[in-house]
Amino acid sequence: MIIKNLAVRIQDKVILSGLDLEIPAGKTVALMGPNGSGKSTLANVLMGHPAYHVEKGTIQWKRKNIVALEPWQRARMGFFLSFQYPYEIPGVNFYEFLLASFKSIHGQERTGIEAFDKRLSKALKDLKLPVRFLSRDLNSGFSGGEKKKAEILQLKILQPSLAILDETDSGLDIDALRLIAKNIREMKSPKIGFLIITHYQRLLNYIKPDIVHVMINGKIVKTGGPALVKKLEKEGYSWLSVFPAKAGNQKEKK
Amino acid sequence: MLEKRLLALKQFRQQKLPLWGADLSGIDFDDITYYWRSNEKASNDWSDVPGYIKKTFDRLGIPEAERKFLAGVGAQYESEMVYHHMREEWTKLGVVFCDMSSAPRLYPDLVRQYYGTIIPGDDNKFAALNTAAWSGGSFIYVPKGVQVALPLQAYFRINAPSIGQFERTLIIVDEGASVHYIEGCTAPMYSKKSLHAAVVELIALKNAKIRYTTIQNWSNNVINLVTKRAVAEEGALVEWVDGNLGSKITMKYPAVILKGKHSKADVLSIAFAGKGQHQDTGAKVIHLAPFTASAIRSKSISKDGGRASYRGLVYVAPQADHCKIKVSCDALLLDEVSRTDTYPEMKIHNDQSTVEHEASVSKISEEQLFYLQSRGLKPQDAERMIVAGFLEVFAKELPLEYAIELNRLIALEMEGAIA
Repeated sequence: MIIKNLAVRIQDKVILSGLDLEIPAGKTVALMGPNGSGKSTLANVLMGHPAYHVEKGTIQWKRKNIVALEPWQRARMGFFLSFQYPYEIPGVNFYEFLLASFKSIHGQERTGIEAFDKRLSKALKDLKLPVRFLSRDLNSGFSGGEKKKAEILQLKILQPSLAILDETDSGLDIDALRLIAKNIREMKSPKIGFLIITHYQRLLNYIKPDIVHVMINGKIVKTGGPALVKKLEKEGYSWLSVFPAKAGNQKEKK
Repeated sequence: MLEKRLLALKQFRQQKLPLWGADLSGIDFDDITYYWRSNEKASNDWSDVPGYIKKTFDRLGIPEAERKFLAGVGAQYESEMVYHHMREEWTKLGVVFCDMSSAPRLYPDLVRQYYGTIIPGDDNKFAALNTAAWSGGSFIYVPKGVQVALPLQAYFRINAPSIGQFERTLIIVDEGASVHYIEGCTAPMYSKKSLHAAVVELIALKNAKIRYTTIQNWSNNVINLVTKRAVAEEGALVEWVDGNLGSKITMKYPAVILKGKHSKADVLSIAFAGKGQHQDTGAKVIHLAPFTASAIRSKSISKDGGRASYRGLVYVAPQADHCKIKVSCDALLLDEVSRTDTYPEMKIHNDQSTVEHEASVSKISEEQLFYLQSRGLKPQDAERMIVAGFLEVFAKELPLEYAIELNRLIALEMEGAIA
């Protein structure tokens, strides 16, 4: 996936401008940056959130510009967004939702459904979730950790070609973080690209990124390899010369 | 019976249309056929039922359901029962399930003792009309201590233009006995208006249990005005499970009179108001005895300018100590042009009672839709899934094939099609 010169606003507020970013197949790209830098906006824009308006630029997927496509069309092309705050949908059974989602993306064939059941029972084990988890309402009454596990469960079942993980590490205790990181690591393959959005080093200690970008005020201000993660963890974001004065106090809190 | 009909006719003429609720001024009482006989005689063998009627029922999935597990089926086609059947085991235990029209002849004592005792002929204009003109409906008697484990079912169908359907149902459940009765209602589309004014009376004697489930899906020109009321004696439980789809106007407020101590009422209802529809529905519970409990849960959906109103009454008499009452009303608005109102009346004359009341109005959020779409679901499927989730508490109270049918009907409503 290639993003070129992307400009995005919500209502009258410009959030992203002149953004260039590439997520090659099979690679893991980390996107770091302080709060309010536009990382989550990018995640939502990539998935087609209707509240954001793309003013300029292109998002290319397999040589096609997909800016005008609906979220469900993007999902069927192989995009997946693991939400920072997954929405609760009362009364909707998690299993039925998952099956409907799987069918909409991978089709109705019997062989596919068999693969679904197999994948599901394995994924539950891998994430240490009980089978009864499936009979609950979608995200409704889930703890923070359960919500994140449910997102990764969906990721494992739906097997997208591009996985965008928005702050997947937030709200997780250390055991859950390790378990989720292990599950993501095991999914790495030449067929899937990852965009991992995070403030912190901690998730990236378990999932080694190929490329690391730092975003501040809607722009990529620094690009590097895994060593950049260590430097940011030690020194925060303020050393970056392009860091504007008005946001200078937005250091990482940890 | 004739005397009661003539008296009620007089009362019907004297009574005025209600000044509250939906607008009923469009009804022309002289333009209604009050009795229409299908050419077929009542039958209790499925193979005797004529093909075209069977086909209608086939489409409703009845014979299949019957083969599977129905305890009994009564189907009303126009004003008379054409098909009637019940499993032998229940008949042996003395359970009666028959066409209400035959009940005065077959069970004169029971009818004389209970008919019109809960809803007298002069209760309201439409109860009076029903009392004067009724035909068909179900009559059920469950003797002492008999638990009818599987639901008894009846289907009603209006299919001639401008025909009034005034069925009358009377269910008597004797001490310690229990029954679940299910009715489905449906009417095909006609250009002329039809009026449906039914009366349902339930009598739950000491420690009896009655559940009465309705899934109503009238076509969008039917005016549906139903009086449903139950009385619960000591330790009895009455449950109304009431689904209102379709019709032009529905006014229906299933009621329970908690007459004996420790009796309970549970009313669960949904209403779906689409374009040009007004669903004015709710529940009434009258607490007359101490230690009585009631729960009212109402859910409504309004779409395309439809209007759903909750209208309820909870009355607690001075002598009814230690009552527990819980009322919750949730409305879901699917767009900006639709409307919902709540008229929850509470008359509590006893200060030792616990009353809880909750009401909410919600919309489907953009975020919920985005979440589901990001998982590959098209907007209309995502919306339908959220609506089905909203109605889940209702659907899970239904037997499986009814829950499936309800989902199908909701899906049709959501598409704007006329089911």
